[in-house]
Amino acid sequence: MHYLIKLFIQRLALGLLTLFVVSLVIFLSIELLPGDVAQQVLGQSATPENLAAFRRELGLDQPAHSRYLEWLGGFLQGDLGNSLISGIPIWDLISERLYNTFFLAGFAALISVPLAVLLGVVAALYRDTLLDKSINVATLTAISVPEFFVGYILVWLFAVELGLFPSIANLSDDASLSDRLYRTFLPALTLTLIVTAHMMRMTRASLINLLALPYIEMARLKGASQRRLIVIHALPNAIAPIVTVIAINLAYLIVGVVIVEVVFVYPGMGQLLVDSVAKRDFTVVQTSCLLFSATYILFNLASDLISIASNPRLLHRK
Amino acid sequence: MTNQDTQLLKVQNLQIEGLSEDRWKPIVKGVDLTLAKGEVLGLIGESGAGKSTIGLGAMGYVRDGCRFSGGSVEFDGVDLTKADRETRRNLRSTRIAYVAQSAAASFNPAFKLINQHTEFAVRRGVMSRDEAQRDAIDLYRQLQLPNPDEIGFRYPHQVSGGQLQRAMTAMAMACRPDLIIFDEPTTALDVTTQIEVLSAIREIVEEFGTSAIYITHDLAVVAQMADRIMVLRHGNEVESADTETMLNAPQEDYTKSLWAVRSFTAEEKPEVSEDAVPVVSLKNVTAQYPSMAQPVLNDISMSFYPGRTVAVVGESGSGKSTTARSLMGLLPPISGDILLNGEPLAPQFRKRSKAELKSVQMIYQMADTALNPKQRIRDIIGRPMTYYRGLKGKALTEETRALLADIELEPDQYMNRLPSELSGGQKQRIGIARALAAAPQLVICDEVTSALDQLVAEGILRLLDKLQKEHNLAYMFITHDISTVRAIADEVVVMQHGKIVEQGPKNAIFSPPHALYTDLLLSSVPEMDPTWLDRVLADRVSEAARAYLVE
Repeated sequence: MHYLIKLFIQRLALGLLTLFVVSLVIFLSIELLPGDVAQQVLGQSATPENLAAFRRELGLDQPAHSRYLEWLGGFLQGDLGNSLISGIPIWDLISERLYNTFFLAGFAALISVPLAVLLGVVAALYRDTLLDKSINVATLTAISVPEFFVGYILVWLFAVELGLFPSIANLSDDASLSDRLYRTFLPALTLTLIVTAHMMRMTRASLINLLALPYIEMARLKGASQRRLIVIHALPNAIAPIVTVIAINLAYLIVGVVIVEVVFVYPGMGQLLVDSVAKRDFTVVQTSCLLFSATYILFNLASDLISIASNPRLLHRK
Repeated sequence: MTNQDTQLLKVQNLQIEGLSEDRWKPIVKGVDLTLAKGEVLGLIGESGAGKSTIGLGAMGYVRDGCRFSGGSVEFDGVDLTKADRETRRNLRSTRIAYVAQSAAASFNPAFKLINQHTEFAVRRGVMSRDEAQRDAIDLYRQLQLPNPDEIGFRYPHQVSGGQLQRAMTAMAMACRPDLIIFDEPTTALDVTTQIEVLSAIREIVEEFGTSAIYITHDLAVVAQMADRIMVLRHGNEVESADTETMLNAPQEDYTKSLWAVRSFTAEEKPEVSEDAVPVVSLKNVTAQYPSMAQPVLNDISMSFYPGRTVAVVGESGSGKSTTARSLMGLLPPISGDILLNGEPLAPQFRKRSKAELKSVQMIYQMADTALNPKQRIRDIIGRPMTYYRGLKGKALTEETRALLADIELEPDQYMNRLPSELSGGQKQRIGIARALAAAPQLVICDEVTSALDQLVAEGILRLLDKLQKEHNLAYMFITHDISTVRAIADEVVVMQHGKIVEQGPKNAIFSPPHALYTDLLLSSVPEMDPTWLDRVLADRVSEAARAYLVE
């Protein structure tokens, strides 16, 4: 156990280091973007004096390194800074949206992860049968079609034709949980269709790889049924590759959902990020990106730890 | 013994086919066998004889890509080739059990040994979980596993190979089945470990009166274990008889040739003259992996003279191959010297000149993986000729042909083949040719015959002996097989735990008095005499008793 804790601390430190490097990259790449917020807000007709005054007011006249340090320092103390455009504290601006994004991602994950693993197990169990092939074809079709198209098809089917779910996932602040689930069902389903194939195929492939191993044959010769063979004997040994792919897909659910948000007019982080880039609201962009990176790193950290914990060779040393 | 009441298993005209290149080809071509209650039948043959396929077939099981194509397997009156899945499944563990060749690969790495042991005893309702655990511990004790109360609660990777093999035998016994199939259970083990596993298996099979099919390619092993022996070849029965008759009076030529395999012995060579310079010598070499606290090699000294063979013997982990790696410059020594023709060699192979590298070549155990599957034979052999000797064009082709003729493969036939178009023995010949292509002075042979059948292995040994005489080569012959050492060695180095236990001329090492470890090693090598195992075990018990009394 103590080995796992040591490893956790090591990986966590490495994650923090990565996050620091990422913050540098984010800051520098934003510096490289043409135009700035003053130009954007005041328009083409602004005089140089006006622009200079505006920049001074926002602190944009400071050299880059001092702005970076100030931003990072604030971040470390829990102060995310203010929006350049509206002056509102960034936390107030994003907290609601951040929650929405996590809510949608969590909802989609709750459907897609069990579904993908289950489909993977079923496909492995009935490999090379019609059922296996149908699962493969269906999931592959779902990822081969562009996301917005999947979204519109679902809207057409469930909202327009059947009238079961709303086509727009706008939320009021005080929406109840059931209302939220109801309104976000279609975007969550769209996301599920997009991420399931990858996870399902990895589950299937890892299991089938294991089926050729002597210890699976041994279980068979001990009289294990096909189902017991796959679920009890093979699955625990396939956790590491499956969890790695799940982590990548969960991160995608949080970071890569802009298009789905647009289709369903969902007030999430992706929409905010795109708007902020267009408006050159750099402090919001920086902060959002950093939060995304942190999520990504956390998911990977978690998947590493689960992989290790699932391997008795690493968990119980000689 | 073979009347209807005592007959447990009756296999008639068993035929099994395997799918290869989209066509069904016969693997087992109509084998009959019967097994009485409490009888142990030995199945013996070379690889590809269909031994394992028959053993698994006796459980009503065929591997993926195989199928029963005829005949019947009647177990206690039920034909397993025709029984439904459910029936076959319910017989397994409870009435028929299996012990696999590699216990390390056949235990599920994710679960503790005892949970794997009790799995089906509990699921089939033979006993409760607590009873099954207590019984497992009893069996562990009976099979003389260390810490029987505790060992089951470890994961497979925390237990050594020999112990795992005994734990697997215990697992097969969990439901006290009527029949156990032992599929080469000691092949992957060192001789000193093998002897413990053999005696444990024999004792427990006798105690519970279990019938067994014991599959092996090692005659001496089967002689200890079986009441009756069946010899197989190419999926057919060659002959079968009780053990005594089979060993003393085999009828068929093939059986006789198997029995006679260990006949080859290289001629004795004259002593090395006083002033001869060794091709390569190691002087007090100590080596260590950076990540480890202890050195893996401790104060190793040995010399290799032209035209002579030094056999390095020991069990796995004794440092035999590591010595070769150090010599090759793959694991640079932390102290000591390596000399080539009396001149010091750089410890790192990267710092050695092409001429120095050329002088020492290597042949590997697994010819299958040591040859690039995408290259043709002419390129595999031609590349070192070009690289070390600068041969090109016509000279290269001629030299390649000459070398192929040297290793007894017809050049026109084999020049343009891929390794996949060769048999195991032929691949190993190509491995030898590749080493010789550099025109070396010392050739390191690392377990080169271990993966081969005995007849094929003997051919390789004869070839190596012939090439040694023709090219005046020095050989470093790494092996764990004592009979190979007897056949080919001039000098013997016995290693254990990274140290040299004993070294000297073959005759001196093989005649008493030995070092204690050499004695253990030599006495553990199975002999064809069916009473060998009893004798050795009795000797060891009396020795232990004597040691105890002296104390």
